[in-house]
Amino acid sequence: MAVETTTRAKLRWGLLDVLVVVFALVPVLWIASLSFKTPATLTDGNFIPREWTLDNYRTIFDTDQFVRALVNSIGIALIATLIAVVLGAMAAYAISRLDFPGKKLLVGVSLLIAMFPQVSLVSPLFEIERQLKIFDTWLGLILPYITFALPLAIYTLSAFFKQIPWDLEKAAKMDGATQGQAFRRVIAPLAAPGLFTTAILVFIFCWNDFLFAISLTSTERSRTVPAALSFFTGASQFEDPTGAICAAAVVITVPIILFVLFFQRRIVSGLTSGAVKG
Amino acid sequence: MSINATPTGADVAADETSESTGRHATVPTQRGGRRKPPLSENKKAERRLGLLLCAPAALVMIAVTAYPIIYSVWLSLQRFDLRFPDQREFIGLENYVTVLTNEFWWTAFGVTMLITVVTVAVELVLGMGLAIIMHRTLVGRGLVRTSALIPYGIVTVVAAFSWRYAWTPGTGYLADLFSDGAPLTERASSLAIIMLAEIWKTTPFMALLLMAGLALVPEDLLKAASTDGATAWQKFTKVMLPVMKPAILVALLFRTLDAFRVFDNIFVLTAGGNETSSVSMLAYNNLIRGLNLGIGSTMSVLIFITVAIIAFVFVKLFGTAAPGSDDGERR
Repeated sequence: MAVETTTRAKLRWGLLDVLVVVFALVPVLWIASLSFKTPATLTDGNFIPREWTLDNYRTIFDTDQFVRALVNSIGIALIATLIAVVLGAMAAYAISRLDFPGKKLLVGVSLLIAMFPQVSLVSPLFEIERQLKIFDTWLGLILPYITFALPLAIYTLSAFFKQIPWDLEKAAKMDGATQGQAFRRVIAPLAAPGLFTTAILVFIFCWNDFLFAISLTSTERSRTVPAALSFFTGASQFEDPTGAICAAAVVITVPIILFVLFFQRRIVSGLTSGAVKG
Repeated sequence: MSINATPTGADVAADETSESTGRHATVPTQRGGRRKPPLSENKKAERRLGLLLCAPAALVMIAVTAYPIIYSVWLSLQRFDLRFPDQREFIGLENYVTVLTNEFWWTAFGVTMLITVVTVAVELVLGMGLAIIMHRTLVGRGLVRTSALIPYGIVTVVAAFSWRYAWTPGTGYLADLFSDGAPLTERASSLAIIMLAEIWKTTPFMALLLMAGLALVPEDLLKAASTDGATAWQKFTKVMLPVMKPAILVALLFRTLDAFRVFDNIFVLTAGGNETSSVSMLAYNNLIRGLNLGIGSTMSVLIFITVAIIAFVFVKLFGTAAPGSDDGERR
């Protein structure tokens, strides 16, 4: 009896699982499928390609337009992630460990920024960046990315930092280490998993951005892939860019899939730990 | 450096080490000129380090948001079209009158509101279901969680292209689903597709936030309810929902404000055609396509105010359930 119900329950959960997996994967598989179709079969509406080809990938890697955008995407996202995690870790350490005036204010401000409508910044940043001559540069994108990634970084990291066994820090201080040394030598290694998780979340955020990327850039110099996609024209002006767009889309989806496959547990814990404190 | 770690007066080193008095007395009146209980060297060092560690993050956040938003208000009070820079002048609230009496603005506002309300409502239901599946499934938990993270992680523009081609007649596998013509060329079906794309993309995020709340539901409580003969629905409404309330509110607040910013999906799916522009889309078009900084900034400010109102209403309606309100000290 008991065995039977668990089997039935398992079956029911299994069906629900399948539903979720299908729901989540179909759009991704679809664009991947399109990217492997030949121009002739591109518009046949078949979910699975009738003829497979890698031509679309060859096309995009042959064009400077995509390669340049990919370099921009990777560079900008990595730099912004690095800076946001370092600044976020400093602030999160202070928030979770130290007593100082203005702590609540900082938490409040970062919450406000997390909810801030980014489009409200587009017009002033556009004008300010033109004046500062950083419009259409890496820096011009990195700055807003850091800003909007910081709340995420601070929240996630302070949640992680609160789980660290801080007695070790005391022990280190008793052995004569300063607060700064205790941070660098003892806490930082313990915090590494949290830092890594945060870095993934921040990277995904920067990698994903579209609004700033199309508003604060105007040339290939700093346009990232999501923005470049909407300017794609295939190999020649008159060619339908669908295949190329899909191939480029798949290329920038690969890192996300890899992150998710290898670090599912970390990403889930990072996202939920940041939220649960409220 | 305007950020000063130590109160300047009356802090000659003394042995006053009582943590609580030091903490509470000095926070509100940092430079109020009143007598403060002196701080120990240790405490002072801690404060200095705390402020020092937070300063870079705080400075960046403020420099990139506070200053531009003020500048934005200033720009919104001017006639400022980059195509006619000579005509730049201060015109008071004229831009606001222009925008607020413009039917495009109100159409976009209505579209944005509709998308926000519908998507958040649907996501709450689906997200709750997904959260329960991710939390309780007996088989393949890792698989479900991994799959659910893909919509969360994927670049919105990529997903939007996938949906666009799926609904393009001839190319797409969904195009013929509702028979006639091209769904992305009609208003109602375009809006439905935009909402579908939004829901697909952000339900997992909602589910993850809800799952955090689900993890707080004590297992014993559910068992006790079962022994008392509660049905699954009763367990859900009487036991789980009350415990999850804070998590639900946080998820709702975040998703509502996020949904209000909807931009990427509309840009790719319809480019705002057939009156499907959101306010973000409209502001972008006025700024980047129209190069009208005055009007663009006015819209920016109005969007900012709307978001502030929504956030305020949430916090007022639901008390201090918002994160940050009681965050600092809690573990």
